[in-house]
Amino acid sequence: MRYLLIALLCLLPVFAHAGEATDMAADPVLEKRMIGLAENLRCLVCQNESLASSHSGLAEDLRREVREQMQKGLSDQEIIDYLVSRYGDFVLFDPPVKKTTLVLWYGPFVLLLVGVGVLIYQLRKRKSLIAETELSAEETQRAAELLNETAELPNQPKDSQA
Amino acid sequence: MARFILPFVIFMILAIFLFVGLGLNPHEVPSPLVGKPAPAFSLPQLHEPDKQFSLQDMKGKVWLFNVWASWCTACEQEHPLFMELSRRNLVPLYGMDYKDKREDGMAWLQQHGNPYTLVVSDAEGRVGIDYGVYGVPETYLIDKQGVIRYKHIGAVTERDLSEKILPLVKELQAK
Repeated sequence: MRYLLIALLCLLPVFAHAGEATDMAADPVLEKRMIGLAENLRCLVCQNESLASSHSGLAEDLRREVREQMQKGLSDQEIIDYLVSRYGDFVLFDPPVKKTTLVLWYGPFVLLLVGVGVLIYQLRKRKSLIAETELSAEETQRAAELLNETAELPNQPKDSQA
Repeated sequence: MARFILPFVIFMILAIFLFVGLGLNPHEVPSPLVGKPAPAFSLPQLHEPDKQFSLQDMKGKVWLFNVWASWCTACEQEHPLFMELSRRNLVPLYGMDYKDKREDGMAWLQQHGNPYTLVVSDAEGRVGIDYGVYGVPETYLIDKQGVIRYKHIGAVTERDLSEKILPLVKELQAK
């Protein structure tokens, strides 16, 4: 009896199903097109969710609206334009490139260029600093001694992997 | 000492940006409808559902269009202010009962008082989509030509009313 119960409990996840929020999938082709479009649109109530995955009432209404406009034969772009005219660019997960979004789109590349510039500048500076330091006669001799010492050490395996 | 100045300046600039960002409300999405003609609609009246009310009926008037619902808690916050506004008779206030059952909307008005000249019922939220409604309450100020001049998202406060909405109403009425 207990094992049966455990076995049944193990089967439970089979029924657990997480999917897109669905309502009314009369025409599967249209529904697929609608979901495809809605995945790139933002739900305005729960702002980090797409219109396709949100369960909010407004998202359901908007999906219905998109579905109906598709049935009327409007193109994806026309539907997007309609929603943007109502809710602004904010409904798009990919904001369009325009004057106000230039920093958003190209800012990161500008920062990257600045970063590379600073890096090159610093490396050059360091190189010139290193070139300037020369060893004194005494230091040269000591360095040579140290190098000889290591070279003459016995029992030093040639290959550490041996 | 000097080597710390640049990182410090960059840090301060970032800190200022982040601090300003803290004060912004991500739910206030600027409406693209401000400055554009209000979308046309024709909806049944809440109290007399056989009668329609449409945007054309308001031509030549400066008016406030408030989207509310009986299930909306923030609407109760702004409600006393609207009661006061309707007493002062400064600007006609029209309501739209959004995604609500007719009986619930009427019961709510019965209980809290009705500040609206007239209320229309948008049970399915279709006109709401046309107006870019995404959170209730929302309030629109529409001018004589039927152009949306201002949109307020969330409960209207006394300050919003006295500093933004009413001065704008006066200005538009004088035109």
